[in-house]
Amino acid sequence: MNARNIAIAALSAVVIAALLAAPYALKSYGLYILSLWAVTTIGAIGLNLTLGYAGQISLAQGAFVGIGAYCTAILTTKYGYPLPFTYLVAFVSCFSIGWVLGYPALRVEHHYLAFVTLAFTTLVYLIFRNEEWLTGGVSGIGGIPRPVMFGYSLRAPAEFYYFCLANLAAISLAFWGLIRSPWGRAFVAVRENPVRALSLGVDTRRYTLIAFALGAGLGGISGVLLAQLVQFIDPSPFSLTASLNLLLMVVVGGSGYFFGPFVGAIVAVLLPEWLRFSGGLYLICYAILVMVLMAFCPTGLIGLAGRFLKPVSKPAPVPAREQTT
Amino acid sequence: MTTDILQLLVSGLATGAIYALVAIGFTLLWQTSQTINFAQGEFVMLPAFYILMAGNLGLPFWAAALIGIAVSVLTLGVLFKLVVVDPMIRHGVMPLVIATIGLAIVLKEGVKEFYSAQAQPFPPLAEATNIAIGGVVFSLQSIVNLAIAIAAVVILQFFLSRTYTGRCMQATAQNPSVARILGIDVDRMILYTFVINAGLVALASILVTPIYLAKFTNGETLGIYAFIAAIIGGFNQVRGAILGGLLLGVLDNLVATYLSTQYRNALPLLILIIVVLVRPQGLLGRVEERTV
Repeated sequence: MNARNIAIAALSAVVIAALLAAPYALKSYGLYILSLWAVTTIGAIGLNLTLGYAGQISLAQGAFVGIGAYCTAILTTKYGYPLPFTYLVAFVSCFSIGWVLGYPALRVEHHYLAFVTLAFTTLVYLIFRNEEWLTGGVSGIGGIPRPVMFGYSLRAPAEFYYFCLANLAAISLAFWGLIRSPWGRAFVAVRENPVRALSLGVDTRRYTLIAFALGAGLGGISGVLLAQLVQFIDPSPFSLTASLNLLLMVVVGGSGYFFGPFVGAIVAVLLPEWLRFSGGLYLICYAILVMVLMAFCPTGLIGLAGRFLKPVSKPAPVPAREQTT
Repeated sequence: MTTDILQLLVSGLATGAIYALVAIGFTLLWQTSQTINFAQGEFVMLPAFYILMAGNLGLPFWAAALIGIAVSVLTLGVLFKLVVVDPMIRHGVMPLVIATIGLAIVLKEGVKEFYSAQAQPFPPLAEATNIAIGGVVFSLQSIVNLAIAIAAVVILQFFLSRTYTGRCMQATAQNPSVARILGIDVDRMILYTFVINAGLVALASILVTPIYLAKFTNGETLGIYAFIAAIIGGFNQVRGAILGGLLLGVLDNLVATYLSTQYRNALPLLILIIVVLVRPQGLLGRVEERTV
């Protein structure tokens, strides 16, 4: 264990302690924002798998969050299904849709996937808005329940906040395991050099699809939590803007890094709340930050921090498949 | 019935021609410099505000429009290439895609923050009257828009295929390395495409803004339609972008009238998904032979 790992472990311990202590220091709105951060991070982790590990640019993550959220809203309020069941439905439906949507990625170069997912997101948004019999249209669906565990209701902001943290922790651990498994290594191999990966016997098509579908499934889980958090959903948070924000979040944090989505969601969810007085200026500064990062450090904030932490070492992973034109 | 369809056809072609202008610029940038400009829609939104700002100084519309086009060429053409594209393209296609998404937010929020969040009226080129040709009533605005767009495309095609610089640009688009060996100043040609793109979006802005009013969100749909037009026509073909744009404009109009207004925006998206799945090189496109 070198100095860098110790620094990361110490920093993680401080952050985790601060997150656990937050309910003692914050009022309900502060906890709501922190819960939103945890929920958004889950969606961003999913996108990080698609973008950072499999190298596929997806503009559909917001739509998958929406599908997860609407699954929960419809199943719980209209049909009275229990919440755990909606997790399953949201994950399986997003995974399957992601699988089908990933096919174009295999047929053509990666920028086409950006356009196909863009089209998909807009279509899903139109369905949310127009199919009133199912989604309630623009008036949305309200009264989404919060979970009850072992007879103990998690309705209150602090309890639900811990529930979100627990979800985030479980998913982070699973993701940590995944990227260290043979699957995770195959994802990176496919991103870094698809031809070489193929020649070494990695089924690049299958792994790209799996990464895309798993990322979509995590988006669905994020949506399930989001529906319980806000308890009222309408189509507007799932427009193309949401997908673009998730994409920028992952990139700003550092795509292809485990902690990238966590940092990205801080910049995209927490900072705007603290800097609320700046209004639309924050968004402009944020977008300029994205552009500056892309020009000087495409590996995002984590990559930037890495440059300072370890000046001499092997080159940092590249966020996306580089082109040599 | 026939007259209805004729009217829809002409107004659809008029909108489609505007999509085509935007899509041509998009395609040109891709061909010469591998730039996928996700801010293309905002590039159409912005010139209208340049013109409004120039108009606010008390200039007549034609002078304001000329200044607007000039400022567009400078900012959306030259500055865009030097400040955004050049530093990023060396990292590959993806960082540039993400940077242009960021640029789109900057432009949109910038107009909202520093100009106005409200829709602004924008002077039309032609009066909102109708003219009857052989019993069929057409809107004068549609016909003027269609005529100007066609003229622009014809001039551009003439420039690209008949002039020395235009041919150099085509050579650059087809094979930059060979073009460089043949003594073509590739960087200059790439700069020209950015300038042409800026001119096209400024023209599109002048044509389209009177219909939608000048609003900071105008770019969202326009940008998507331009991508889709470029892709369904063939990403690497100017002719494809024209066909794609016209097709979208006409289909959009027919669907809105005869099928469903709620889902009129869905049709282009469905066409896009089908084209990418079935014929990814586009209706007129060739399979890309560039080594990437």
